[in-house]
Amino acid sequence: MSGLLWAIIKTLCVILLAPLMAGWVKWLKCRLQNRRGAPPWQPYRDLLRLSRKNVVIAESASWIFRMAPYIVFSVTCLAVSTVPVVTVQLPVAALADVIALVGFLALGRFFLALAGMDVGTAFGGMGSSREVTISSLAEPALLMAFFTLAMNVSSTNLSTVIGELGRRDLTLYPSLIFAAMGLVLVAIAETGRIPIDNPSTHLELTMIHEAMILEYSGRHLLLMEWASMLKLTLFSLLIVNLIVPWGVALTLAPADLAFAALIVTGKLMLWGMMLAVSETIQAKMRLFRAPQYLGLAFILSMLGMMSHIVLEVR
Amino acid sequence: MLIASLSLPEQGVLTLAALILLSSFLLLAQVRLDSLINTFALQGALIFLATVFMAFISGKYHLLISAALTLFLKVFFIPGQLRLLVVRLNIRREVEVIGNPMLVMLFAAGLVLFSYYVALPIRELSLLSTRNTITISLAVVLIGMLMVISRRKAVAQVIGFMSMENGLFFAAVVSTHGMPMVVELGIAFDVLVAVILFGVFFFHIRTEIGSLDTDRLNHLTEVDR
Amino acid sequence: MTLAIAEAAVILALLSAVVPAVLFAHPRLLSRLAFVLLGAAGLAACVAGGQALLSQTSQQVVLPLGLPWLHVSLVLDPLAGLFLFIVGLITCMAACYGPAYVLEYLHQEMGPGILAVFSGLFVSGMFLVLLAADAFSFMLAWELMSVASYFLVVFQHAKLENQRAAFIYLLMAVVGGTFLFLAFGILAGFSDGFSFQTMKGTTLSPTWASLAFVCAFIGFGLKAGIVPLHVWLPLAHPVAPSHISAMMSGVMLKVAVYGFIRFVYDLLGGITWQWGVALLLVGSASAILGVLYALMQHDLKRLLAYHSVENIGIIYIGLGLSMIFQATHHAEIAALALIAALYHCLNHALFKSLLFLGAGAVLQQTRQHDMERMGGLIKKMPVTAVCFLVGCISISALPPFNGFVSEWLTFQAALQGPLLKSGILGAMIPVAAAILALTGALAAACFVKVFGIVFLGLPRCEDIARAKDPSLGMQLSQIVLAVACLAFGIFPTWTVRALNGVTEGLLGNGLTSAIDNGWLWLTPVSPQTASYGAPAVFFGLLASWLIVYALLHPLRRDNRIRIAPPWDCGFGPLNARMQYTASSFAMPIRRVFSFLWLIVEKVEPGGPGTPPRYILRVNDRIWLALYVPIGKLMLKLAERTSYIQGGNLRVYLSYSFFTLLFLLWVIV
Repeated sequence: MSGLLWAIIKTLCVILLAPLMAGWVKWLKCRLQNRRGAPPWQPYRDLLRLSRKNVVIAESASWIFRMAPYIVFSVTCLAVSTVPVVTVQLPVAALADVIALVGFLALGRFFLALAGMDVGTAFGGMGSSREVTISSLAEPALLMAFFTLAMNVSSTNLSTVIGELGRRDLTLYPSLIFAAMGLVLVAIAETGRIPIDNPSTHLELTMIHEAMILEYSGRHLLLMEWASMLKLTLFSLLIVNLIVPWGVALTLAPADLAFAALIVTGKLMLWGMMLAVSETIQAKMRLFRAPQYLGLAFILSMLGMMSHIVLEVR
Repeated sequence: MLIASLSLPEQGVLTLAALILLSSFLLLAQVRLDSLINTFALQGALIFLATVFMAFISGKYHLLISAALTLFLKVFFIPGQLRLLVVRLNIRREVEVIGNPMLVMLFAAGLVLFSYYVALPIRELSLLSTRNTITISLAVVLIGMLMVISRRKAVAQVIGFMSMENGLFFAAVVSTHGMPMVVELGIAFDVLVAVILFGVFFFHIRTEIGSLDTDRLNHLTEVDR
Repeated sequence: MTLAIAEAAVILALLSAVVPAVLFAHPRLLSRLAFVLLGAAGLAACVAGGQALLSQTSQQVVLPLGLPWLHVSLVLDPLAGLFLFIVGLITCMAACYGPAYVLEYLHQEMGPGILAVFSGLFVSGMFLVLLAADAFSFMLAWELMSVASYFLVVFQHAKLENQRAAFIYLLMAVVGGTFLFLAFGILAGFSDGFSFQTMKGTTLSPTWASLAFVCAFIGFGLKAGIVPLHVWLPLAHPVAPSHISAMMSGVMLKVAVYGFIRFVYDLLGGITWQWGVALLLVGSASAILGVLYALMQHDLKRLLAYHSVENIGIIYIGLGLSMIFQATHHAEIAALALIAALYHCLNHALFKSLLFLGAGAVLQQTRQHDMERMGGLIKKMPVTAVCFLVGCISISALPPFNGFVSEWLTFQAALQGPLLKSGILGAMIPVAAAILALTGALAAACFVKVFGIVFLGLPRCEDIARAKDPSLGMQLSQIVLAVACLAFGIFPTWTVRALNGVTEGLLGNGLTSAIDNGWLWLTPVSPQTASYGAPAVFFGLLASWLIVYALLHPLRRDNRIRIAPPWDCGFGPLNARMQYTASSFAMPIRRVFSFLWLIVEKVEPGGPGTPPRYILRVNDRIWLALYVPIGKLMLKLAERTSYIQGGNLRVYLSYSFFTLLFLLWVIV
């Protein structure tokens, strides 16, 4: 039972700290671009402000529009609860493996895209159309990267994968290098960062995610924004814990947990820094370059799997 | 052979092999000539690294000479020459139209599987720890060939040809610890001459036809259409 | 007892076909009674199949019917039981849906009568195919099913395109039947008789076995609609009345899958990995091409029909995996893959029928086939919309619904690929998994399009305003199917336990490890390898939703919801024509995969008074590359052979004369 309690505490921590992660990346980006930038905790202020605002709903909207924020947010929360953060010993991890995790994210996206189409404006449809196109190419690449990992440790359970990788001696696995590269590329696409989508744009023709949630306001917008921050944190956690699995506690001892929490925070900050740098030195792609980008991610993951079979097995 | 049972440098060679394969795929994906040349130089650098690793693993230090040759020829000289050519011919940003890039890539992935299938019996003959790389080198050769077929511009075709040579060289170094020195020097010299000849040819093709698109050579046929 | 119920089901279905003969003067009563009988038949089949599946026993009976030396024998084992359950359930739902749906055909002369006759024959044909225990009655039932469904396809024969669709359907059915005759012929030739019992006992030489396999593969594949034999399916399924489409797409394809499983696993035996590879390749191609073609369709029912091709592909991937693992002696994984395939059969029957019934309701209310003219139906038809949404989520393989579970099991089987000794197979299987992943993602994209265009947004034509939820029976059948989709998604362990009986019968072992860890956890290989707690996921989702809702939704007085017009960029009111359409929604994907279709895109410039028109046609390459040449070849051959038809009586008689001479010579 204590395991379940720990899991709930962990999930809550991640949910509460997610805006900080987004704010951290934004602040770093501003500093890198010689701007002063809002402090990293600015997203909390934004969310608080949104919670006080009135909700305005378009006349043409149906119940899908009102339900979607709640569904998107709770699905993302559930997805977060299955990802090991500081320890691999929590029972909730058995709830769903990586395939189910991808399924959760897809479910959230399904409703997000529907919400975009609900009001019947051109922007919403445009955002939804682009989102499903990009995600339908990103999802197989993501699954392929996960499959490479899964074949390497013959398990699709995230905690087993991370625990097994963390326990191993230092070995150079070509397949894991490819899977990591593929994972990073897909994560950038899935979280709507540059070069696929620009989280800070408000120019209609370049928007993807923002176009879908254009009609939202008040607490609905709060949930949508928070869910997208949560998704960023989720993918960051996946990347740092799968690519650099060392430091994740293999037991439930308090000292181990505290140490692991420290390490994970450090890793996340470092990843945020890398993200900020890459967003500073890159420009956004044309929409129709995105398939090539995702194709590269797919090829990388596929090469990872092939090199696992060709080079590593026998 | 399980990878965990190998020594760290040997794992390094296998990783480099995988990266070389990746660089082949990248070559196939590039659309601009200057980035194509850079990727080619990157492949050369990876092969250089792999050769140095192999020299230390096998203790055959003459491989270091090959490595030095590779570094000089494939990382600096040939890419440099090609860059110069591209600047002089003023085709730096030339975007190449190839078939469907995704289909070509998938076909290349199929080639990797095919070379794995072909290399399976050969692998049984070798006792070296790095014998698994035969598949990779064969795949690099085949993908180089695919690149020659699927590109229109002569410069890109030459790079494909060079990358085939890279694959052969890599196979020689990694799976059999290098060819005799004489052969290796000869090949290196051949490649050098080839590049110079190609350079001369490019100018000729261009002055004769007005383009580096080799599809235009179709018009040289004897048959009247 | 179970078998007796199944026989009762067949008889009830036949009775429903006979009703019109008695009651032809009262179309309304006739159609009511026929549907009641059909529903009873479905219920009986459902009960019998469920009992056979759960009790895991097999019963056989020989009826005093048929040829003197070959009586019809029936058998009901767990495999037949599973499919009988599926067919029965969907028949029952279709019967519940039908009475209100066929009201529009009442004014047609003989309309309801014809529909009742052939529906009854069609359903009884399907039941008999599942129950048949000898090749003779199997083929007889098979042809009954094919021919009856032909008449259902051609039912609305006033339209020329329907006639063409039905003709192609009949043609393909005949070709498929021929291949099945060959397949059974090979088996019967090497065994003593036509009964399945003797066929099971015979072992064929590898060459003959492979030949029989190829014939069965083509014969059953034609009915199942695998690429490239799928062309009839998107033509024929949409033109039948919707409850019949639901049965054809949801159930008849499953009967073909049943036949294939019965033939290869049970009768033929001696599975080799090459067969598995063939299935894997064809399945992958069907899955990916099916969904990509579906994405380009604007006719709602045709789109759903293309999705059947996709789902049959997924089933075939599962079957192919199980054959490969069975041939390489990994019995546990083979059972896992087979269970995944069977589970997907069940799931596809549920959600595809649900979607067809929903599409039928939309069709009946709006009188529109074309998605481009729908929109905003969620407000007019709330119940249909919710049920359709459940179907969309299920078919997109999203948790916690049923489609996800079967695809998840297929993935788990595919990820065991490295167990295989042969590296090349081990490398091919994950590629199939990647294609499956791509298929799932594209299916989700497609159903965002379907639901978004049909039910959301603003109405695109006036007929929408008159639409309302259909009658109670039509609603009920959709609700039942939607609940079933959810239930089979939340309680997979019980389903897998039931399916274990089938695999035990076919492969000799079940998948006990999957359900060892209690009803909460589905663990296909071992808890360390992979686990999915479907009930926990569902309730976790529900709980977190409730918590978020409760936290954010206190009835604060300064936080009211305001209803306002949507943002129009300051340019005046929005109208329905400014929305994204189905073709514009699919345009990015069309562009990414443009090499797959033959796309004809042009803009006709408008004159004075006529607006310019944008014309888009997406053609099936397979049709052009494969079928058009065959058609031309056939015409040419026919032209050649028409030379012998000179019109001269004496020439004709001399043909008979020389044939007679030849035959006499042969006999001597």
